[in-house]
Amino acid sequence: MASTDAVVRSRRFFARSAGGGLLLLLSGCAGGGPSTLDPAGFGARRVEGFWWLLFWISVAVFVEVMALLVWALVFRRRPDRRVNRSEPIRFVVVAGAGLPIVVLLTVYGIGLRDLAALSRPEAPPATTVEVTGHKWWWEVRYAGVDGATANEIHIPVGEPVLIRLRTVDVLHSFWVPQLMPKTDLIAGKVRETWLHAERPGEYRGQCAEYCGLQHAHMAFLVVARPRAEFDAWLARLGAPARTPDSDAERRGQQAFLQSACVACHTVRGTAATGTVGPDLSTVGDRWSLGAGAVSNDGGHLGGWIANSQTVKPGNAMPPQQVDAAALPDLIAYLQSLR
Amino acid sequence: MPSSTAERGAGPGAEVIERLTSEWAETPTLRGWFTTVDHKRIGRRYLVTAAVFFGFAGVSALAMRTQLAGPEAEILSPGEYNQLFSMHGTAMIFLFSTPMLFGFGNFLVPLMVGARDMAFPRLNAFGYWVFLFAGLFMWSSVPAGAAPNGGWFAYVPLTDERHTPGLHLDVYTLGLLFLGISTTAGAINFIVTSLKLRAPGMSLNRVPVFVWAIVATSFMVIFALPVLNLDNALLFLDRRFDTRFFDPGRGGNVLLWQHLFWIFGHPDVYIIVMPALGIVSAVLPVFCRRGIVGYPLIVFSVVAIAIISFGVWVHHMFATGLPQLSYGFFSAASTIITIPSGLQIFAWLATMLLGRVVVRVPFLFVVGFIVTFVIGGFTGVMFALTAFDQQTTDSYFVVAHFHYVLFGGAVFPILAAIYYWLPKMSGRMYSERLGRWAFWLIFVGMNLTFFPMHVSGLLGMPRRVYTYPGGLGWDPWNLLATVGAYVLALGLLLVAVGVVHALRRGEAAPDDPWGGDSLEWATSSPPKPYNFAVLPRVHSLHPVWDPRTAESIGPGATEDRILTDGRQTLFTSELDGRYERAVEMPEETLKPLVAAGGLLVVFVGLLFAWYWVAAAGAALVAGTLAGWLWPPRRTPDEAGVPA
Amino acid sequence: MISRGMTAATRPTGLATEEPVGRSTGWWGVMLFITTEGTLFAALLGSYFYLRFQHGAPWPPDGIRQPELLLPLIMTGVLVPSSLPVLWAEAGIRQGRRWQLRAGLFGTLVMGGTFLGLQGVEYSEILREYTFTTNVYGSLFYAITTFHGSHVAVGLLMVCWLLVASLHGGFGAHRYERVRIVAYYWHFVDAVWVAILFTVYLSPRL
Ligand code: HEA
Ligand code: HEA
Ligand code: HEC
Ligand code: CUA
Ligand SMILES: [Cu+2]
Repeated sequence: MASTDAVVRSRRFFARSAGGGLLLLLSGCAGGGPSTLDPAGFGARRVEGFWWLLFWISVAVFVEVMALLVWALVFRRRPDRRVNRSEPIRFVVVAGAGLPIVVLLTVYGIGLRDLAALSRPEAPPATTVEVTGHKWWWEVRYAGVDGATANEIHIPVGEPVLIRLRTVDVLHSFWVPQLMPKTDLIAGKVRETWLHAERPGEYRGQCAEYCGLQHAHMAFLVVARPRAEFDAWLARLGAPARTPDSDAERRGQQAFLQSACVACHTVRGTAATGTVGPDLSTVGDRWSLGAGAVSNDGGHLGGWIANSQTVKPGNAMPPQQVDAAALPDLIAYLQSLR
Repeated sequence: MPSSTAERGAGPGAEVIERLTSEWAETPTLRGWFTTVDHKRIGRRYLVTAAVFFGFAGVSALAMRTQLAGPEAEILSPGEYNQLFSMHGTAMIFLFSTPMLFGFGNFLVPLMVGARDMAFPRLNAFGYWVFLFAGLFMWSSVPAGAAPNGGWFAYVPLTDERHTPGLHLDVYTLGLLFLGISTTAGAINFIVTSLKLRAPGMSLNRVPVFVWAIVATSFMVIFALPVLNLDNALLFLDRRFDTRFFDPGRGGNVLLWQHLFWIFGHPDVYIIVMPALGIVSAVLPVFCRRGIVGYPLIVFSVVAIAIISFGVWVHHMFATGLPQLSYGFFSAASTIITIPSGLQIFAWLATMLLGRVVVRVPFLFVVGFIVTFVIGGFTGVMFALTAFDQQTTDSYFVVAHFHYVLFGGAVFPILAAIYYWLPKMSGRMYSERLGRWAFWLIFVGMNLTFFPMHVSGLLGMPRRVYTYPGGLGWDPWNLLATVGAYVLALGLLLVAVGVVHALRRGEAAPDDPWGGDSLEWATSSPPKPYNFAVLPRVHSLHPVWDPRTAESIGPGATEDRILTDGRQTLFTSELDGRYERAVEMPEETLKPLVAAGGLLVVFVGLLFAWYWVAAAGAALVAGTLAGWLWPPRRTPDEAGVPA
Repeated sequence: MISRGMTAATRPTGLATEEPVGRSTGWWGVMLFITTEGTLFAALLGSYFYLRFQHGAPWPPDGIRQPELLLPLIMTGVLVPSSLPVLWAEAGIRQGRRWQLRAGLFGTLVMGGTFLGLQGVEYSEILREYTFTTNVYGSLFYAITTFHGSHVAVGLLMVCWLLVASLHGGFGAHRYERVRIVAYYWHFVDAVWVAILFTVYLSPRL
């Protein structure tokens, strides 16, 4: 694989040499956002290198074309001879066909190579995540672990992880710009991709195939942690949900189990076993509510429960009749689920 | 070097002009407005109607941009946004670009080939009315809140009855099927006109590039459009009658939709850009005071693009997980298709380098085209490489690409064409100052709107989101794009103002204000209903620069090219334009309008599931066509029957 | 307007307008129309194979029996030869023999009508087994055959129209272009049926 490394390195060179305006402009403005130019994973890094190669080639050819254009516009005192005498066909063919052929053959070759590199992980993955797309949230399960979470995918850092993708309704697309290019979720098919985070961190992902009203709010977070931390987290996911230990939480649990929530949500170890909505067993420490619709804090949680339709219009959770008195307890309980 | 008919030597006598005028006169009544079959009037109607639809679609875009100016905005509801962007895309592609360019084709092709009308004038009128009705059919769904909301390529299963109930997608499928009738009719008409009605002597190697482009486009329509029609018909059946084509639960397949759509969809983007490239090849040389460089190469490129464009559709499906092998193939095809485009770009550059450039407003827009189209082309090539595409597909980087090629590649040439042919169409000159202002506003605004989208795309912003969270690095770029959109709108408004100003106060235009080389400049501005008093005889690729042409319609006019008994024009042989015979052209008639109206009844009936109404409409159409094509009563010896 | 058409048609050049000097615009028009229609059928049958191979065995699915062959073969035997009377009719009118034109067209009318009748019979049997909502196979079967059937129906309408026109005496040795055009369309509809016979009825057995 040395040669490929060489390629990758040469790309890095391109990237660095971009030093001038654009690199700063682009990746600089990323500001910790999900920028493809701030890669943290094997797949995204390859494509980033490829991008800078393509970018500089385009700049070169563009400059060439513009130079000719400007030349023609500036020095334009040639005689007015309507009917063609000279026909510089050779120039046209060389510049218009010859040049592109050379350029294109090169990038096409490199492109195929990168495509092959993206298609399969360099080592067999030890962990498999089962991700299911719903309108409009992501259900996340782990092979061999019963227990689920939503809109949040924890992976061990420094090793490839297999992602198996299904959809229960329409097409969605799985995209973590900093880690890996897209994989569409196709109704009636099972798709596979893989993630390989090179450094610990949290990477924003988002559905990239238009899937209806709330396509804009179908984001998720990939959390890459060292193996040990990940294993601990996974163990917790498999275990029953944390039991209430304050009165408020206990009252909240009562309220929860008595209301319609249980029809759609699961809290492991309780009577709540619904599967229409996200598993709430660990909702307390999720990064967001409603797949990126709002941040996960008491205020938003209350708002969401009372009427999620104002927060995320059209989502599949109807407004809930929870009396104001019980709401704080309910919130306390849900937040205690970590 | 303006010149007028007077300078071109003695034309045919006054009595000839009189005969022609009376033969080709159309009743100036209101009825006459509905019954006309004159390709020039129909062409102008195409242009105005398409411009209005452009205004609608553009204003939708402004609304979208306003919503996206900042994060978490609530100017539009998600439902409204999704309908607006779907209608914006659908209308810009189907109701603006193609009809606009067909409008120019309608006005120009008969003039450029030196004929007196299209091959099928009544079919031409029919095509316009169908386009108008289909456009109204689709746009009327917006105020009703039932507009298409599945995006312009309406992927299943999102668009099936279960996930999108209501009329939204029925408007889409039926509307596009309805419109398809018009486009197909137009395409057939263009091909036949260019094959049979060319002026004597206009062998294939003397056909203007614009006409080549229109013909190539029309052939693409012939082969691509039926596939879209099939796709929409299947979706309609699935939604309305529970067939299972796209239902994985019953053996159907959702990718069939994507394949069929893009087998049409990719050729369609060239269907849009091809006539625009033709416009560039017509306008650019004239302002370089020199014939275009590499005419054969350019014609070759046009044909090559038309053919290759059918072999690249999978590059729109690079993230759907088809076999690596097919990706390799379609990736290669998609890169190869850049070569003919490159040939054209450099042929134009060579023309400019060897000619004496005269910068007027139309030429400014051509330069704007070259700059922006090349940028759009490059991003296209990047997508052609699967690995890169999988990272950027469905992000704003794609939105940037296709606006550079669509606005840069199609709208700039269209604007150039408006300024270039306005004198010919209206007999009035536009205001150069106003035009230059419009150009700079549009050029700056366009780049300000769409260049930032490259960046927001690379920064991970997906397309088709009605809002986005702040602080991800996307905010400044979206704000810039919104500002740009308003600048752009201002520039386009100036174009509209400029056109109106020219029509109202513009000074009279000479017949040939630019010293153009193709035949439309050999007749009066605006042309008479019969286009040419004498059908010219063509001796070279640049007839108007060729004294022999002037001779052929002046002193050297012959009876067999004047043709004053009845509305007549000439048939010539398909390849070398040999004189074949004079033919009779039909008179004005109401039947095309009635037939189109019947179709409207059919589609409205289908939309609301009033199938008996639809049947009645169909009967009306059939009846009208029967009358339309009814053979005139003839005596046995006219018909040729042994009495 | 008619009278103007009359006078136009009776002028010497008018008389010449349908003399076979080179191909007429009508000829090109119908050829292009047939091309685009043919593409439509090609895409439809292509979709049949795409869906079939994406679906995999068994095909037909859900225990649907292989399509019966007897009736379709009889239908073929009726429809394909129905091109002959058209040819004969056209040959006749080129010689100015109107009776031959009428007889030929009438023959076609009868055969085409029989075809549609038989298709009705076939549906009445098959509908008992499955419909267009049963599964994708059902949808394909009915969509393809009905779509072709409707083309036959339209073709027959055109033949009727010609027949009536010919009774009004519009055609003759100089004036048979419309006959030619309808004939081309009818041959096309026949040819398409052969492709459908292969795709829908024979290919599942391969
Ligand atoms: C006018 C319309 C138009 C035109 C002309 C083009 C031109 C091209 N397009 Fe584009 N394209 C669209 C309209 C158009 N496109 C639209 C609407 C979409 C989005 C659909 C949607 O998803 O909504 C799209 C999307 C699209 C995709 C899919 C992206 C995705 O969804 O993931 C791809 C992938 O290959 C692609 C490729 C190309 C290529 C290779 C060209 C080439 O033809 C470009 C060739 C031109 C040049 C290259 C410039 C001139 C050449 C030179 C100066 C010579 C030197 C060149 C080199 C050395 C490279 N286009
Ligand atoms: C030719 C094609 C074309 C053109 C010209 C445009 C023009 C514009 N487009 Fe559009 N666009 C598409 C084709 C086009 N677009 C397509 C195919 C899509 C994909 C849709 C989808 O995803 O399904 C798209 C999507 C698209 C998006 C992405 C939506 C999303 O993914 O969420 C955006 C966002 O900014 C956008 C913006 C604009 C803007 C600001 C303009 C501006 O250039 C508009 C400027 C025009 C005006 C402001 C009109 C005002 C003019 C006047 C008032 C004077 C003239 C009037 C008369 C003469 C009557 N377009
Ligand atoms: C009819 C089904 C249904 C009922 C009843 C229901 N929910 Fe939900 N809930 C959902 C769905 C579906 C979602 C995911 C919505 C989305 O993100 O698009 C959801 C999301 C949530 C979330 C956010 C989870 C996350 O990780 O984003 C919380 C918290 C929640 N529900 C709590 C409740 C509570 C508390 C109740 C009862 C008072 C309740 N739900 C009743 C269907 C339901
Ligand atoms: Cu799910 Cu977009
Ligand atoms: Cu394409």
